[in-house]
Amino acid sequence: MHHPTGADGDTRRWHLDHIAWDRLVRQLMTDVDEVIGPVMRSGVVRLRRLTDVGDLAIGVVDAQDAGSYRATGSSMPTRFDHGPGPDSLKAIVHPAETPVWTIRRRDGELRVEPAPPDTTTRAVIGVRDCDLRALQVLERTQTSGPHPDASFAARRDGFVIVAVDCTRPAATCFCTSTGGGPAASTGFDIALTELADDADVHYVARAGSARGAELLDLVANRADPAVVARADIAVASAADVMVRTLPDHARTIVDVPDHARWAEVAERCLACGNCTAVCPTCFCTDLVDEVSLDGETSTRRRTWDTCFSEQYSALGGEPYRRSTASRYRQWLTHKLGTWWDQFDESGCVGCGRCITWCPVGIDLTDEVAALLQPEAVAP
Amino acid sequence: MRIGDRRPAIDWPTAIEQGAPPTLAVWKFASCDGCQLTILDCEDQLLAIADRVRIAYFPEATSGSVDGPYDISLVEGSITTPGDRERIAEIRQASRLLVTIGACATAGGIQALRNGADIEEFTSIVYAQPSYIDVLADSTPISDHVTVDLELRGCPIDPGQLVGVLAALLNRHLVRPPTTSVCVECKATGAACVLVASATPCLGPITQGGCGALCPGFDRGCYGCFGPKEHPNVTGLRRQFAAIGVDDDATDRLLSTFNVAAFADAEQAGGSEP
Repeated sequence: MHHPTGADGDTRRWHLDHIAWDRLVRQLMTDVDEVIGPVMRSGVVRLRRLTDVGDLAIGVVDAQDAGSYRATGSSMPTRFDHGPGPDSLKAIVHPAETPVWTIRRRDGELRVEPAPPDTTTRAVIGVRDCDLRALQVLERTQTSGPHPDASFAARRDGFVIVAVDCTRPAATCFCTSTGGGPAASTGFDIALTELADDADVHYVARAGSARGAELLDLVANRADPAVVARADIAVASAADVMVRTLPDHARTIVDVPDHARWAEVAERCLACGNCTAVCPTCFCTDLVDEVSLDGETSTRRRTWDTCFSEQYSALGGEPYRRSTASRYRQWLTHKLGTWWDQFDESGCVGCGRCITWCPVGIDLTDEVAALLQPEAVAP
Repeated sequence: MRIGDRRPAIDWPTAIEQGAPPTLAVWKFASCDGCQLTILDCEDQLLAIADRVRIAYFPEATSGSVDGPYDISLVEGSITTPGDRERIAEIRQASRLLVTIGACATAGGIQALRNGADIEEFTSIVYAQPSYIDVLADSTPISDHVTVDLELRGCPIDPGQLVGVLAALLNRHLVRPPTTSVCVECKATGAACVLVASATPCLGPITQGGCGALCPGFDRGCYGCFGPKEHPNVTGLRRQFAAIGVDDDATDRLLSTFNVAAFADAEQAGGSEP
């Protein structure tokens, strides 16, 4: 059996009962500017800022499928017995809207005032392995090139991450076939396994950083080996329940640009951009300038963009990806194929968000499977 | 402007270059006046607007008027009578920039529900003297009759978008209203997807953004008041509605509101360009 460990093979485990749990969250609230975690909003588990430890969603399970999400109550007061919601770390570290600059006219001159970097420190509670890996994928896109994005780096630097092992993945999850999960593997300060014994919900924790170990030493005691063994079994069994898979050679869809499946999926695709918005690694942005009525100031914002927009491909005024088929193909071949050429890895971490939040339920794993099938030869 | 047309180049008010305030006129055709009221609702910005333009014609707000030509004309309402057709041609002649505001002006409005119906039949039912009624068979957008420089969608228009566009026009700034779906704005603002999370029929995926996802932000489905986005796949959404138990008649009713003619045209055209 796979035994999750902390950083550098750190095998220490801590145990958190509900008192230690509250202590941990309150400690984080003292240590950082914002603590963010899963809360219920309009029937959906969202990552939102907590004002109190009691804000966290409790006793929520979800049922996810292609184009469908339902969160319901459970009898157990668990905090993490649900799959990923629509928000990933992207929404925090690479937000939908980022101020870039303000230009002011002063004494006949234009003065550019760059937006100050966001140095807010944030703790995020309940991060799953897909999102830990997605953060690294996203970070590579934003900071590894010759022009690293300072605003991304500033937000990233302020993170304290409390990860959670997935013990009940959603039906749309397929992280194990993309090389991850269900245990938190990398890039966390603390990783938790949630255990529920009737009304008693408690946690086994491991540290992924010196800061995480310090926090755990402060709020919790070491865990008993018996409870550690139970936690390991709970995590290992989660891997077996995932039904969707992405094949290892998914990247070869770049070799079939004329496959009939592209036109078929375009019949269903609404080109609405939901998939790119919820994807934890889709990073494309647009720049929007706004001028004040008096013409004395102009502000520039960076906003999320989507390759499903026709205007996204407008070069020299004219879009070159006119058809939805060409846009869907651009998205999927980049995500799974040409991402390798750019960043030496896949852009997909198997979180399944694009499947759940597609309003017409287009399933990336189905599309890849169909694209990898040779086309029927016309009679 | 019809779907797929290229935007003509903006003919900037020369008054700006000359240091004089450009003249602004606001015109009304067949409409409820809601978009004009939205202009008056820009309370915090209204004085700043009045500082930058000379309001030459705006009967909803002021009885004074200045003769044309006008630098910027905002046009509300659809063309429904032979008289409208003549008047919009004159307004176009007298305006450097013509900006249509709202679903009536950009898509024919809810009054386009009558398109294809028997005018004589219902005027005979509704009016005591139907012979007084002189209307065209269809309610049509302004762009069916004259060149339109810019369209602001919505029923009513979004006040923030209006102020932003006026500011851009007055300062020779790039104007780029959204062409993407309302979904993009739901995801940016953090609104939950009512279609996925509660099977509420929502026109957001086929509707042009610009409202800031106003209705989904209140857990309601988008009713498409901003009209079709670029190449909307109406048939694709119709199929999904059927899958969640919304039949074709109910979907027709959802599509048959403020942008009835535009959604009908879009569905006929099909979603994706080849």
